[in-house]
Amino acid sequence: MSTLHVDIRGRAGSFEIETAFQAGAGVTALFGPSGAGKSTLLKMIAGTARPQSGRIVAGGRTLFNSATGTNLPPEKRGIGFVFQDARLFPHLSVRRNLTYARWAGRRPASRAFDEVVALLGLEDRLDAAPATLSGGERQRVAIGRALLADPALLLMDEPLSSLDKARRNEILPYLEAIRTEAGIPILYVSHETSEVARLADTVVLIENGRVSDSGPAAAILARLGLAAGGDPDEAGVILEGRITDVDPAYHTAVIALDDDRIELTGNGFAPGMTVRLRVRAGDVAIANAPHDGLSIRNQLPAIVEEIRRDGAFATVALGFGGQQLLARITAKSADALGLQPGSRVHALLKAVSVEMARIESPRGGLTSASSPR
Amino acid sequence: MGETELSIILLSARVAFTAILCALVPAFAVAWLLARKQFPGKGVVQALVTLPLVLPPVVTGYGLLILFGSKGPLGQLFENLFGISFAFRWTGAALAAGVMAFPLLVRPIRLSLEAMDQGFGEAARTLGASRLTVFFTVTLPLALPGVIAGAVLGFAKALGEFGATITFVSNIPGETQTLSLAIYALLQSPSGDAAALRLIAIAVALALAAIVASEYLARRLTAGGRA
Repeated sequence: MSTLHVDIRGRAGSFEIETAFQAGAGVTALFGPSGAGKSTLLKMIAGTARPQSGRIVAGGRTLFNSATGTNLPPEKRGIGFVFQDARLFPHLSVRRNLTYARWAGRRPASRAFDEVVALLGLEDRLDAAPATLSGGERQRVAIGRALLADPALLLMDEPLSSLDKARRNEILPYLEAIRTEAGIPILYVSHETSEVARLADTVVLIENGRVSDSGPAAAILARLGLAAGGDPDEAGVILEGRITDVDPAYHTAVIALDDDRIELTGNGFAPGMTVRLRVRAGDVAIANAPHDGLSIRNQLPAIVEEIRRDGAFATVALGFGGQQLLARITAKSADALGLQPGSRVHALLKAVSVEMARIESPRGGLTSASSPR
Repeated sequence: MGETELSIILLSARVAFTAILCALVPAFAVAWLLARKQFPGKGVVQALVTLPLVLPPVVTGYGLLILFGSKGPLGQLFENLFGISFAFRWTGAALAAGVMAFPLLVRPIRLSLEAMDQGFGEAARTLGASRLTVFFTVTLPLALPGVIAGAVLGFAKALGEFGATITFVSNIPGETQTLSLAIYALLQSPSGDAAALRLIAIAVALALAAIVASEYLARRLTAGGRA
């Protein structure tokens, strides 16, 4: 099993980086605010920046070890790197860009060119010049180029941050497909909660150059939602459930979350599928009792576990059937409803704002219903 | 066009081509050092490279005579090592033209290297390319418009070089008498006006052709798509 071990100390601008973590197959998100040292950390793993001391081992190969003086140059590290700004070679066609690692880097052609091209939907753009591509296409070529370098480890440095929201949504399904196909550890640097929630299996939280928390994505993001300092509007939780019923006429699906059921919109789902939901705190309302005559149809009985106040607002952690929801309401509402830890309430979920993605297997890849293949 | 005129043009072309071909690699190396590296004495190197542009050409020519003349230290070194002598030879004319054109070669190459996003090189390294491979597959192709601009500019300068050449290797018909020197010689003689005018017309045509060629090359190279 290919695993990445990182334990390094170094400098990034004005502050110290002192980081230790491990990453296995699947997507490990290096998550944290801008300027926390995430990108520098990625460069150190890639070999384009040098740590002061420590050790980096990928798949049993030592890439860096200050004790033995080992410091492999970037071209010998067997990595693939997707940069924020794509960095396609402007003087080469898409095809020559994609195959660069083979003709210039002499990397083996272990991954079929046609498969990667099909996976990323680039069949029609192979002879195009990079300057004629859209931002989304450019980033897809960059991802393909890194994959075709036969990497033992894929490093992605905020690959979506230079794109607008529409383009991001265009790329995300491709990233989800790659996550399943690649079968190698993927380190994904991001400061966007929604990307991390959708892609990551594991989250390593980086603050001021240090690992402040790490663990399964759902647990970390739920903890983060309550923590001070994070963006409270982007706080939310990830829920896993199973589809029990679909209604093609209304494009809706019923999802069982343990004992409770909710109904959400989405196409391409079938009963029996396991899905992952991301529910933002701002899209959850709280009621004392179930209500009729509301456009919100999803009303889950829940128990208040914790209330965190910040100024005019309050973030409320709600427990239901072993899972957790976060609700962002005004402090005034919290008082008006008389919310206390232990209060029995109903959590109201707006179906339109919940993001839903399909999981192939409990620990396997995540593929969106609108997968391009 | 008479036989003498043709031989003058061919000699000028040989001198200019030799000058640019020999100067191109060192010019690229100097441009690369100035664009990419920090080292003690960088200011001195920069000044030395620019010097032929601002110094009176006669002074540059005299300096070449002192250094590369048959009694000069570098002149004797080249004579002994490679059997090349510069004094009153066309090779000396090429050397003078190369030195005078050098700053014009370095500048556009340096600018294109400075404008180049070094992230491309970083990306190439992560894709398995060694430093040398990165140079030939990324750096050099991306700097090519600068190289061509420098080469064309330098070639035009080399073709028309006068002051340093006449000071260093004199004005010997068939050996060191390039286009500018021939025009100068003809204008000195009372009956040479007509012949001088023909050479002047040729010089103008060559200059125009060089400009058109460089524009065409620059456009073809950038049409491939620079974002």
